[in-house]
Amino acid sequence: MPDFELIREKATLMRRDIVEMIAEARSGHPGGSLSAADIVAVLYFGGLLRHDPADPNWPERDRFVLSKGHAAPVLYAALAEAGYFGRDHLKTLRKLGSMLQGHPDSKKTPGVEVSTGSLGQGLSISCGLAAGLGSKPDDDRTVFCLMGDGELQEGQVWEAAMFASHHALENLVAIVDENGLQIDGACTEVMCLGHVAQKFIAFGWHAIEVDGHDISALCDALAAARAHEGGPAVVVAHTVKGKGVSFMEGNAGWHGKAPSAEETAQALSELSITEGSAS
Amino acid sequence: MSRATREAFGDALVELAREGVDVVAVEADLSKSTTTAKLADAFPERFFNVGIAEQNMIDVAAGLAVSGKVAFTGSFAVFATGRAYDQVRNTVCYSLLDVKIAPTHSGVTVGPDGGSHQMVEDIALMRVLPGMRVLVPADYNAAKAALRAAALNPGPFYVRLGRVAAPEVYPQDFEFEVGRAYVLREGTDVTIAACGVEVSEALTAAEALALEGISAEVIDVATVKPLDVATLVASVSKTGRIVTCEEHSVLGGMGSAVSEVLSEACPVPTRRVGVADVFGTSGEPAELMEYFGLTSTHIVAAAKELLG
Repeated sequence: MPDFELIREKATLMRRDIVEMIAEARSGHPGGSLSAADIVAVLYFGGLLRHDPADPNWPERDRFVLSKGHAAPVLYAALAEAGYFGRDHLKTLRKLGSMLQGHPDSKKTPGVEVSTGSLGQGLSISCGLAAGLGSKPDDDRTVFCLMGDGELQEGQVWEAAMFASHHALENLVAIVDENGLQIDGACTEVMCLGHVAQKFIAFGWHAIEVDGHDISALCDALAAARAHEGGPAVVVAHTVKGKGVSFMEGNAGWHGKAPSAEETAQALSELSITEGSAS
Repeated sequence: MSRATREAFGDALVELAREGVDVVAVEADLSKSTTTAKLADAFPERFFNVGIAEQNMIDVAAGLAVSGKVAFTGSFAVFATGRAYDQVRNTVCYSLLDVKIAPTHSGVTVGPDGGSHQMVEDIALMRVLPGMRVLVPADYNAAKAALRAAALNPGPFYVRLGRVAAPEVYPQDFEFEVGRAYVLREGTDVTIAACGVEVSEALTAAEALALEGISAEVIDVATVKPLDVATLVASVSKTGRIVTCEEHSVLGGMGSAVSEVLSEACPVPTRRVGVADVFGTSGEPAELMEYFGLTSTHIVAAAKELLG
């Protein structure tokens, strides 16, 4: 049984890190990092992702691919909280010489499996990884691929979706952080995606829908997706962009903007550990 | 014996797999044309067909490479480099993955399919990518050896393969040395640097020039990146002039690469034989070689122009 309180605490710490590192960098993507914080916290601190911060290249580990690479701060926060590198690195985000690039770079950052940033590629890479790792029951290493909902507008995602079901990649779990917003506004207005879970089902996937900020439900959904046999599974997580910071929540304007000093103070006061969890 | 460089693709993959090299091929519905079907037949578990989805092809190969495989990709040059450029750039090269992009059907000798399918910008696109090595083998034996070298050297490679039979230039046991240009004929009056199908045209041109008392040195620039600057400089230091020839646009290809380095290291009068900043067109390969000015006759003319 995962320790829900611990996960909630980690998620709040990660949200604080996200706000602080983006403020320090004076640029970055807080909205989609905050919407994914609970998902990533469940993976890294809920026992869903088998990994070892002391040995990032441990062969038996699962793989996490952050396809929505602009949400790098959520990954960096998780990696730092897990101990892949010191938290002091977080304040170097996006700066010259930093190992924490604006988008994930596997050559520079321990714990980053795959470089991402150009949207729509992570699921294809995850397909190749899943196909290359081996299959159940001999090999249960699982590839988790986190995508944004706006990202699903990239046609390549559906090329990969076809591939995954055609090859019955049962060691592949896709997660969609469905926060409903993209840079130019609501996904439904920019380019409507329709029903995401049904689309994946039509492509031959097993789909699970969940509240992406309900830690317990997320744990169940990801565990069920991981255990699914016979083909790939997707967890469509309904989230709020900017979750945890009142003035960022549901506001597309916070997709790619750093908070001011005042806004940062306000955000951190809302993301208090002692006063309870972020959800 | 004349054989197409694409024939070497499937043969090399099967050989490497038999030797225990952990190769896989990711194809986009062209396995018979590219000959990756040979691997699919011999080692079905090493073959992945993504259907008509070249972007997915490159990134599935990237994922397989991350999992520890040596991943080759198929398809035609125009799709594997053009349509999937972002995947090659941001995923394969950015992380220096073990992906070997070896599409067939490069250049105008694709023939009747026409300009949409005749890729003459691929060397340009590939060679500007950090970390990418670009190999342009001249014949079947060189292609097989180049594919083997790509498999055994870590990191991204582009191996340019063609559709039509190319006259044999190299022996069967040829070993391809990445980064080396091969001096195939020594000469003193003019250097002819060629790659791919143009190598045999250059050798024919050198024969014709010899009949007129002109001594041409022929260099096969089989690796366009990294370029063998020392061999090129040594040659033009002796001859004082160079003709480059390639089945590629004169913009951005091997001729451009050679001109870039020689203009700094040893500037000499230069002529570039290649496709003159236009798209291809339908026709038979031999007709198109003539139409686009790529035959030995055109190389001879360019050399004579330099010799005044």
